[in-house]
Amino acid sequence: MNLESKIPEGPLSEKWTNHKFNVKLVNPANKRKYDIIVVGTGLAGASAAASLAELGYNVKSFCFQDSPRRAHSIAAQGGINAAKNYQNDGDSVFRLFYDTIKGGDYRSREANVYRLAQVSVNIIDQCVAQGVPFAREYGGLLANRSFGGAQVSRTFYARGQTGQQLLLGAYSALSRQIANGKVELFPRTEMLDLVMVDGKAKGIVARNLVTGKIESHSAHAVVLATGGYGNVFYLSTNAMGSNVTAAWRAHKKGALMANPCYTQIHPTCIPVSGDHQSKLTLMSESLRNDGRVWVPATKELAEKIRKKEIHPNDLSEDERDYYLERKYPAFGNLVPRDVASRNAKYVCDEGRGVNETGKAVYLDFRDAIKRDGEDTIASKYGNLFDMYKQITGENPYAQPMKIYPAVHYTMGGLWVDYNLKTNIDGLYATGESNFSDHGANRLGASALMQGLADGYFVIPYTIGNYLAGEKYEKVDTDHEAFKAAEKEVKDNIDKLLSIKGSKSVDHYHKELGKIMWDYCGMSRTGEGLKKAKELIKDLKVDFWKNVKVLGSNEEFNSSLEKASRVSDFLELGELMVDDALHREESCGGHFREEHQTPEGEAKRNDEDFAYVAAWEYTGPEKPETLHKEQLIFENVKLTQRSYK
Amino acid sequence: MKFKLKIWRQKNNQDKGGFKTYDLDGVSSDMSFLEMIDVLNEQLIDKDEDPVHFDHDCREGICGMCSMYINGEPHGPLRGVTTCQLHMRSFSDGETITIEPWRAKAFPVIKDLAVDRSAFDRVIQAGGYISVNTGGTPDANEIPIPKTVADEAFDSATCIGCGACVAACKNASAMLFVSAKISQLSMLPQGQVERDERAEKMVAQMDAEGFGACTNTGACSAECPKGIDLSNIARMNREYLGAKLSSGK
Ligand SMILES: Cc1cc2nc3c(=O)[nH]c(=O)nc-3n(C[C@H](O)[C@H](O)[C@H](O)COP(=O)(O)OP(=O)(O)OC[C@H]3O[C@@H](n4cnc5c(N)ncnc54)[C@H](O)[C@@H]3O)c2cc1C
Ligand code: SF4
Ligand code: FES
Repeated sequence: MNLESKIPEGPLSEKWTNHKFNVKLVNPANKRKYDIIVVGTGLAGASAAASLAELGYNVKSFCFQDSPRRAHSIAAQGGINAAKNYQNDGDSVFRLFYDTIKGGDYRSREANVYRLAQVSVNIIDQCVAQGVPFAREYGGLLANRSFGGAQVSRTFYARGQTGQQLLLGAYSALSRQIANGKVELFPRTEMLDLVMVDGKAKGIVARNLVTGKIESHSAHAVVLATGGYGNVFYLSTNAMGSNVTAAWRAHKKGALMANPCYTQIHPTCIPVSGDHQSKLTLMSESLRNDGRVWVPATKELAEKIRKKEIHPNDLSEDERDYYLERKYPAFGNLVPRDVASRNAKYVCDEGRGVNETGKAVYLDFRDAIKRDGEDTIASKYGNLFDMYKQITGENPYAQPMKIYPAVHYTMGGLWVDYNLKTNIDGLYATGESNFSDHGANRLGASALMQGLADGYFVIPYTIGNYLAGEKYEKVDTDHEAFKAAEKEVKDNIDKLLSIKGSKSVDHYHKELGKIMWDYCGMSRTGEGLKKAKELIKDLKVDFWKNVKVLGSNEEFNSSLEKASRVSDFLELGELMVDDALHREESCGGHFREEHQTPEGEAKRNDEDFAYVAAWEYTGPEKPETLHKEQLIFENVKLTQRSYK
Repeated sequence: MKFKLKIWRQKNNQDKGGFKTYDLDGVSSDMSFLEMIDVLNEQLIDKDEDPVHFDHDCREGICGMCSMYINGEPHGPLRGVTTCQLHMRSFSDGETITIEPWRAKAFPVIKDLAVDRSAFDRVIQAGGYISVNTGGTPDANEIPIPKTVADEAFDSATCIGCGACVAACKNASAMLFVSAKISQLSMLPQGQVERDERAEKMVAQMDAEGFGACTNTGACSAECPKGIDLSNIARMNREYLGAKLSSGK
């Protein structure tokens, strides 16, 4: 297979402009002759569906929630990056590009990342025009803050609800197109298969989650904007419904899955409180701008804190170890996420964790409150503090927060070329569902940027280039390819319902999550990964023998929905382990204990691994085939990341 | 902790539905309300009984999907939080907890505790937006907005579309939800061009969906998990009247 990245010719800064000029256009009057399916209504999907409909295409938009406004993007807190340089602090398109490439530990494509930085400025303009209420200064202009890993203030935000406000903006644009009759909306509908005719994506098969009806939808192109797969770990900061099913079913139809092992573990989440835990809650890392991370200087002090013999506020300065500030004086508490997470693990492994389970560190606002006053801190983080108090019952204004890393984001995803097209003609992937821009580690506030860049400013250009070469006639849903896909979907559902085993779906999901977290989480070893592979294989066999899914297909059936998603997670989990096992280096979120510098930092191997690992499905229970897209760096020098 | 749960069970939209009572033991006070239902559901599945269906997704109070009417109050006894953010420490051991879906003509029950809130989407589709296409917008800082105005618009924009306001209202009025969007957009300079048209269209759609009239009881705002203020309704009434006057209808 030939993995053509389709990176345009020319100097980095001119590639996108040249490409936009060179792509084929669809005449405005002809756009209404093309139908496009967009699966997903998060930032990536809603923005794409609205923009494509504005251009004149007929769009069908799908989501599994009851309303497009509830897509998981709604939960993003901290902010969105853009190279506006409104703060006059030295930001530029090149700097945002450089920071993203470096932050991603040199495992992403230069051309894609540069384009992302270029269009970032348009995103902010677009959102403001839609009425998104970003934070402002007293003079009426937009406010910015600096965000994990960045030394400039380029993050735009709307209190701690940036994702909500951006998504409501995109949702409003989508709603307008629904009212115009250009978008047909299918909420509570889950895509369960991709339909291919003559090697091209021509539609999907979906299940109506209320009635159970299996429906086919035909189109000239399909865009997947179905989000990330962090829930393979069971516990993550993702919404409960977030899943890999759409991407995975496309993968089984031939779309390559790239870098599946690149997972981002977010350093600032509320620690696990017990076995009942259903999800983890993120405390935005914007908190690291003002909060200081520390643990007690010694094991003994930590022990006393765990036993509640002493209170953290009573510890003197030299009884506290501000370990990030100590180890990384230049970046301090603002080191990238992977570095912050790993260091939290290290200090807890040393026995210096501060809650009952020993798996928590402090994030302390005492000094910031002293410096700026409680009101200022409340105006910046009020809702986050409230949320923390609500969940833990503790008051973060009066005592330090407790935090611990949790799975948050998946950099891996469907392989796409520069046009965001997968290796299947007519199939595109945008937002978190693709692998494109973040390499092995994503910078804070860059996922929202990427989702909206893909949807508002990239796909509207690149999809036209493909459609311009397509005939107007649509494949009929009576076509044998649709019938075959429908049958496959139905058979799969029947199979799940017929097992009638003894263990619930959640049981398997939790087991899988535990395996993934223990062996394919914050740090990985060859030995552990091999063990994980066996464990997952066994679990998969057990699942198909003993899972219990009650009820029928012809009803609202939450167990059936979950079972279908977990069956895909089980397969994905195995591929993630394979990918992690083959990548004999440490980079970004992928930390192999065998590959570290003497100081315990990630040690890359650019000689052998500066490539995208794109995996091809070859059939049930068969090993997947690895394809490599070599990454070429012409504009940045590869250096060992250092945040000292 | 131990609870007696009286839960509304209804197989589908056609079914009449009714309460069923369950005893649940071993609940931790740190559990969220939905995690408590998860535990119940695992036990039901174990006994081959259909689990309780309910809407939920983010479980952190922002997607607006969870929607339970608990002991006679939408989202339960605690103010300013959604059902998913409610923790069992807000209840006392041994208590009987009654759990129902949102009740409103415009929100038909789909199954058990899940209702159809697509009426809200249609109200937004009627005009809850600023009509700008992608691209060609001015530089963001060319539209300065006084911070106080931006902050106030933001307060209105925090509505999560959960529908608790409708469930709380004896008339099942949607005024709080609709007014929050109208207020946000009418306060901002970007929203001025379509201001009148927007108010008229959204109110017309709200009425068409079968939401009730507002009799100013204030129950909506009191139960709103995001504290959307009643002043939004007053503003919407002004906007609507203004629009009617200027269009001469
Ligand atoms: C708690 C939290 C906070 C975050 N904060 C930030 C932040 O401050 N800044 C930042 O840049 N990033 C942040 N992120 C990351 C960012 O929010 C996500 O990466 C991004 O929103 C993903 O957007 P998306 O459009 O790709 O997918 P999503 O928003 O996840 O949307 C996926 C869509 O696909 C649909 N879907 C999925 N599968 C199917 C299917 N089979 N059939 C039909 N529909 C389907 C869903 O219904 C949904 O509409 C945060 C993430 C989390 C978890
Ligand atoms: S106004 Fe409040 S109660 Fe009503 S939908 Fe919005 S957030 Fe929910
Ligand atoms: S589940 Fe999202 S608000 Fe409760």
